[in-house]
Formats: sequence, C-alpha cells, structure tokens
Amino acid sequence: MTGRRVNNRLTYLTLTAVAFFFTIPLYYSVVVASRDNASLASVPPPLFPGGNFFENVSRVFDTVPFGLAMLNSVLVAGSISISVMFFSTLAGFAFAKLRFRGRNILLLMTVGTMMVPTLAGIIPLYILMVKLEWVGSLYAVVVPALVNAFGVFFMTQFLSRALPTELLEAGRVDGCTTWGLVWHVVFPAARPAAAVLGMLTFMTAWNDYMWPLMVLTPENPTVQVALSTLAAGYVNDYVMGLAGTALGTLPLVIVFALLGKHIIGGIMQGAVKG
Amino acid sequence: MATRAPERPAPPRRPGGKRRLTARHWRHTVDVKASPYAYVAPFFLLFCAFGLFPIGYTLWVSLHEWTLLDDEHTFVGLENFRVLLADSYFWNATFNTLSIGLLSMLPQLLLALWLAHLLNRPLRAQNFFRITLLLPNVTSVVAVVVIFSQIFGRDFGLINWVITSFGLDGIAWRDGTLSSHVAISTMIMWRWTGYNALILLAAMQAVPRELYEAATIDGASSFTQLRKVTVPMIRPTIAFVVITSTIGSMQIFAEPLLFGAYTLTGGQDRQYQTLSLFFYENYMRLDFGFSSAISWMIFVFILIIAGINYLLTNRMKGSIR
Repeated sequence: MTGRRVNNRLTYLTLTAVAFFFTIPLYYSVVVASRDNASLASVPPPLFPGGNFFENVSRVFDTVPFGLAMLNSVLVAGSISISVMFFSTLAGFAFAKLRFRGRNILLLMTVGTMMVPTLAGIIPLYILMVKLEWVGSLYAVVVPALVNAFGVFFMTQFLSRALPTELLEAGRVDGCTTWGLVWHVVFPAARPAAAVLGMLTFMTAWNDYMWPLMVLTPENPTVQVALSTLAAGYVNDYVMGLAGTALGTLPLVIVFALLGKHIIGGIMQGAVKG
Repeated sequence: MATRAPERPAPPRRPGGKRRLTARHWRHTVDVKASPYAYVAPFFLLFCAFGLFPIGYTLWVSLHEWTLLDDEHTFVGLENFRVLLADSYFWNATFNTLSIGLLSMLPQLLLALWLAHLLNRPLRAQNFFRITLLLPNVTSVVAVVVIFSQIFGRDFGLINWVITSFGLDGIAWRDGTLSSHVAISTMIMWRWTGYNALILLAAMQAVPRELYEAATIDGASSFTQLRKVTVPMIRPTIAFVVITSTIGSMQIFAEPLLFGAYTLTGGQDRQYQTLSLFFYENYMRLDFGFSSAISWMIFVFILIIAGINYLLTNRMKGSIR
C-alpha cells in the first residue's frame, strides 16, 4: 500500500511539473507583454507582470488595424463554425441512419479526404479566388471552409451511436418526412456533439494562418495575419508583439479553460472510433 | 412497409383519394430515395469545388510555365519537376523538414505515451491536468512562435539566461542548423504533445481492466504493463497519431517563417527553410508552375511516408501474432 502511495505522489509531482512547463510560456508572454523593452535587458529577466500592458496594447492598435482584425476573426470563425455544425449534422445523419446507394463508398471518400494536405491544392484555390475577385475579402477564407470532412465524420460517429433508430421509425409512422425527422429528432439529439464540434471548429478557424495570409491583405486581416505583421515589421519590439499575442490568444484560452471539460470529452470520443 | 401503414386508411375518407395517394406515395418515395443525397451534397459539392478540383488542377498548372501576371501559359511538360529535382534548395528544404519532423515527433510520441499512461489511473484533478495539457494547442501557431522567439532569443531570451547563469555561453539559436531545428521542434512539441497524449489516453481507457489486473497479479511493474499490455493494445491509435503528426510535420510553415522574422529563406543559409516555406518563397515570386510542382512533391512525400507507415504497422502486427 505505501509503495502505491509513493507511486501516486510521484505521479502527481510529475504531472504538476509537466503542467508547469505547459503553462509557463503563456505566463511569460503575459509578463513580457506588460513590461517595457528596456526592462527585458535586465539580469535576471523580469519574472512578474509589470504595469505597461495597456500602453503596449494601445501601441498595437496604432500599428495594425487590430480592432478590425478581431471583428474579422469573430465573423470568420463564427460563420464557419455555425455552417460546419449545420452541414455536418445533416451529412452525418444521412451517413449514420439513412440507407442509400453508394453510402459506404461516399463515407470512405470522406474519411480519405481527411488525409489530403491543404497545400496540395492551394495554388489553384488561389487562382480561383483571383477569378472570383475574392482576394482580400473574407469570402476567400470563409467559403472553402463552410463544411469539412472531419466534421462530417465526427457527426456520423456520434449520431450512429446516440440516435436511436426506433425514434426515427416512430417518427416515420407518425407521417414525418425526412426533413421533419431532421428538424424534430436529429437536431435535438445532435446538440451536445454539435456544440463540441462548433467549439473545435471555432478554434481551428481562429488559429488558421497560411491560407488567410495568402488571400487577405494587411489592411483587412484576421487576428493571426495582423499578429504576423507585428512580428514581421517590429522584430525587436518584443513587448508590443507579445501584447498583441496576448490579446489575440487569451480570450480563446480563457473560454477553453472554462469549457475545456466538454471539448476534451469530444476530442477523446472522436479518437476512440477513429 | 411500416411507412405505408398510415396511408392505407386514407382513401375511403376522401373522394379522389387514389390520385392523392399516388401523389403522396410518389413524394414519399422521392423523399426516402433522394433526400439522403441532398444531405451529403453540400459537403461533396464544396469538396469538389475547393478540394478535389484544385488538387487535380495543381498537376495541370505544374506542367506549365505559369505566372499570375501572364495570361499565356506555355506547356512545358515535366520541365518544372526536372528543375525542382535538380535544385539543391529543394533537397535542403527536404532535409530540414525531415530533420525537424523527426526531432519533434519521436520525443513527442514517447512523452505523450508516458503522460497518457500517468493519466490513465484514478487521479484527483484529472480535468485540471487534461485542460493544461491542451492549453498549448488552443494557442495559435503564430502566438506560439512569437512567444518562443522571445524565449529562444540570443540576447534577452529566457533559455539563454538560464544557460549563462550556469556559467556557459549563450546559444545563437537561429544561426546553427541543429540549434534552429531544436528550437522549432520545441515549439511543435509544446503545441502538440498534450493533444496526442489525450488521444492516446482515450484509446488506453478502452483497454479492458482485467488485462491490467492479471498483469498486476503476475507482478508486472507499471512500466512493464505500459510496454507489454498498453502499447500492443492501442497500436492502431499509435499509428493514427504517427500518421497525422507526419502529415502535420510535412507542412510546417509558420514556425520557420516567423522564427526568422518573416524571411522567406528560413535563415541566411536556409538552415531552417522547410518545404512549405520553400513553396511559399516561390509562390511569392508568383511562379505558380514551379510552386505547384513543389506542392505535388510534398503530396507525394506524404503518400510515401503514409505507405511506409502502413506497411510497418501491418508488419508489426504480423510478427507479434
């Protein structure tokens, strides 16, 4: 018994140490973001937050259109996640509970597309955006992301487990059309998984970098594009760079810390089946 | 069959019910047969327009001399690929990508396995530990690189401060090949270890408890249990993690770009230019033919690695049984 207790204490110690290393860079970014550049040169370097945060933040807003970037990111990530939730639930329901010719091969194709790197088609996608005259507009970032294979697969997994077939049959007997079933049975049942999917999608869209960098301009950026403008143009202005980073990251980190339990549950559920 | 039941009593009530029945029946058949396609259509339409078509078109563009500025695109056959395969910058980027990929993936996988193993027991504060594991993954890549660029800074960096306080010389992390690869791998590991640990943990929780109970009775230590029970049982998930991290590591982009303060070459000697960054460098020159050839080569590399991976995991399965 004592051996086991020592073992357990060791486990807690190790996990705490790991948790420390996983959070220290975030903490340190807040420390730097709230200092001034001169104080970074001191030995030892500052280890506690200072009082310069708001001054640094206002310099961020003077240098890049950060307010617009935040608004753009909220619009982009918000519309993408609502659309992904909606269309993935529809397709997931069809794959999980409806019989139709070609269902298996289509589902296999969906899973297969998850392995395809975005880079493989990015040049023609860009040419397409030039043709559509969407370069520089949020459409270029939103439209290609409106639904994705991961979401469809995730909702298929969930609905095939969580949606009782008897409930659907009962609905049919009552004269429901398929759309009626979707509205009255599928959507209510899908809600918990769709919420997790929505949060995951929001995070991915918020953090997406390469494609927005290619099709958006510094005048109409998302948060990540604005941050990279800061990081590129003001290399030695650490405090401003990290103030912007903190501003663009912390809201998401805080929301995650509050809702994390559900998101983690969703990731782990998806993983077992996949 | 069941679906017809409510329709049966209808005809006697209404005059002309027979026509209504067939109309209703027809509508119902269309609903059942066709509506599934309507529900999966949005995904497939979007995928064809913004996924499948661009990938095929990449191959077409790569066979041309194609810049955004010219309206004429001359067909050059495999010329772009010939130039690419003879380009030492391309092989340099390939080496860097593989080196950074291996440096980040191997320790990451072992660490993730070990963390998942530690978490796979009744612990207090499970959720607290899980959430901290995933915090780095919520942080955007751009933010991670900005933060770590500061930490790995030569003059005022946190790590060099620790090193110099032991009386050693600080390291110019960006200047060397190995040191820059280590720095970039650290960023990747920091962002992804916890995520992979959670996926492995999910698989571990599905392993039947009795196996561990039997192993404990046989006197197997915790480490032996991890090696002999857990790892063989969750091998498919390990393969999944390896494949997804391989695909991810072939596309490392933001780290080398922003670590080098937005220089497209990845350091003055291209010491940390990855394939994606090499692609981006040529894309910024608007040389679309050549950069399409690069993105196809990256795709081919991923297919090769996934294939090797598949063979290896199959082989391992065969040799154990």
